[in-house]
Amino acid sequence: MSTETNAVVTQGTLQAEAPAVGNGHTGALLSVQDLHVWFELRRWGFGHAGYVKAVDGVNFQLDYGEAVAVVGESGCGKSSLMKTILGLYRPTQGEVIFENHRLNDLKAHEMRWYRSHVGYVQQDPYGALPPFMTVRRILEEPLIINRVTDKAERTRRVRKVLEEVKMGPVEDFLPKFPHMLSGGQQQRVVIARAMIMEPKLIVADEPVSMLDASVRVEILKLLRGLQTSHNLAVIYITHDLSTVRYFSEYIFVMYAGRLVEKAKVHDLLHNPSHPYTHALLAAISDPDAQNATRFREIPPGEPPSLVKPPTGCRFHPRCPHFMKDLCDVKEPPDFQLEPEHFAACWLYQ
Amino acid sequence: MPKDPLLRLENLVLHFRTAKGPVQAVDGVNFDLGYKEAVVVLGESGCGKSSLAKAILRLLPRNVQTYTGRVYLEGLELMGMPEEAFRQQVRWAKMSLVPQAAMNALNPVLKVGDQVAEPAMVHFGVKKDTALTQARKMFQHVGVPADFLDRYAFELSGGMRQRVAIAMALVTTPSLIILDEPTSALDVLTQASIFNVLKRIKQEMEVSFVLITHDIATSSELADRVAVMYAGQIVEVGDAQRFFAEPLHPYARKLMASVPRLHGDKEPEFITGQPPSLLDLPTGCRFAARCPLRFDRCVQDPPLMEKEERLVKCWLYV
Repeated sequence: MSTETNAVVTQGTLQAEAPAVGNGHTGALLSVQDLHVWFELRRWGFGHAGYVKAVDGVNFQLDYGEAVAVVGESGCGKSSLMKTILGLYRPTQGEVIFENHRLNDLKAHEMRWYRSHVGYVQQDPYGALPPFMTVRRILEEPLIINRVTDKAERTRRVRKVLEEVKMGPVEDFLPKFPHMLSGGQQQRVVIARAMIMEPKLIVADEPVSMLDASVRVEILKLLRGLQTSHNLAVIYITHDLSTVRYFSEYIFVMYAGRLVEKAKVHDLLHNPSHPYTHALLAAISDPDAQNATRFREIPPGEPPSLVKPPTGCRFHPRCPHFMKDLCDVKEPPDFQLEPEHFAACWLYQ
Repeated sequence: MPKDPLLRLENLVLHFRTAKGPVQAVDGVNFDLGYKEAVVVLGESGCGKSSLAKAILRLLPRNVQTYTGRVYLEGLELMGMPEEAFRQQVRWAKMSLVPQAAMNALNPVLKVGDQVAEPAMVHFGVKKDTALTQARKMFQHVGVPADFLDRYAFELSGGMRQRVAIAMALVTTPSLIILDEPTSALDVLTQASIFNVLKRIKQEMEVSFVLITHDIATSSELADRVAVMYAGQIVEVGDAQRFFAEPLHPYARKLMASVPRLHGDKEPEFITGQPPSLLDLPTGCRFAARCPLRFDRCVQDPPLMEKEERLVKCWLYV
């Protein structure tokens, strides 16, 4: 989250084949500036009927080797944010900048360079793996697409990446099809596929929500291990705050298309500032028999429609600290509470 | 309060026939459930916990190979009961189910009010007006506005649909409700509010709960007692207070240690290996292969024995 200083990739390295850039970079890897992603709603197929404002003014920066968790409920726009970063959606307004390259300006072959630098770990491993391909084929595919023509080289890299995701003995897994693997192993293959081009950034969309409790921690630890050993930046999209604290440096809380609080994990958990973050933290249970004897405080209502979000602060209709003629009129900017702690709430003006 | 438990399972067995051999989904389950009590059945996917719900409610698929044991509800033996009598007198009248992903199981072309009223009409033969009044009352209990009776499922949010599914299970005022993963697809805030609803129902109505879940943290929201299931068997049953403070069975301990916590600094651990396939179960203790405390006795099958008023299926506690 520091300023862009040392991102030093020049135009010349913009080739389909990933340029050899060593680890140890500092400075912003990814910068998202005033990002808006709107989807047009059509009436009867052609009439305009408004926009779904899935992402509406998001700003953040991510350094090399940093992990950030984007936490929010379903429908808050976190998946749209992720897909825009992956280059699957075009921003309506604003910029995604990766190593000083604006994503909007990249041409088709440069997009391939970008995609080889960004890995994607899907939510549902079984759905993400083609059922008719063996593990070897699944992992070779990105290499073939990125013109690694030497077969021995491909085999070497497939083996290396399988070892990295701790799927050994490698020989046993190479000829297997996805349905022959357990859920945890399938997710490892998905991670291996995301890692095989040696990316600088991994975007993981709820990587463990489909897995059992005992496997969940194993996969998260694996991701954390890969992050440190490869100096990877990780964007970890989740709705589960309790898993976040062990596996990322920063937490961004998203509500109705905007990031309402950005902070270091420790600060956010011990000093939550935005009322929505408070509500989220209050709703999460640790296993404790006392839970059964008390009711939890839940803010009334439900997240707003993204077609017509509330004016001013989007949380104001549900907020216990609602201030009339301020919260419902003016949109709160990010107020800085501590050096790396921001909250978009008028309480902190 | 009557002395008999509300629900008693004795050596309940449910095996399915498949091309690869019998799947031993429920393999000798015993437990008692009292009146106005909530028991949580905890287990990972594939441990047979949903099959246990099916076995209690006798909602069986076609490929059943073995279905034996005894199920007593309010002292009445159910296994010997003919299917028609079971359907009329027990299922939904005395015990009902909130199925997994119930929110997606609502009929899209019926108003939710009519769907909630239907069990009352079928089981008590009441007129539609009366049933709708009953449905309105249940909507109040689960916190759905009464004017939602006339809406369709697609007009409701996930949390509201889940509440409707709970209302549908409550409308016949059964003495037992089985909830199969009632909140697994919901957001944290919705999840917490559904548990608030369930807690309120538990206070206000004469009903017991069997809550089937893999989520240990949220299971503590409702549990009076906890039963841990592993590979088709119950390995530990005990009072929630003591269970969450200190589980006994090595599997239960490991499971507890795997929960990421919001407070406290303990790093979560994971359990190495995988649960055994229900097609090919090991002899002896089924957790032995993954157990850090395994010793020579574990090659024999341990009985479920009493330890500090809890039941544990482990040789460590002999």
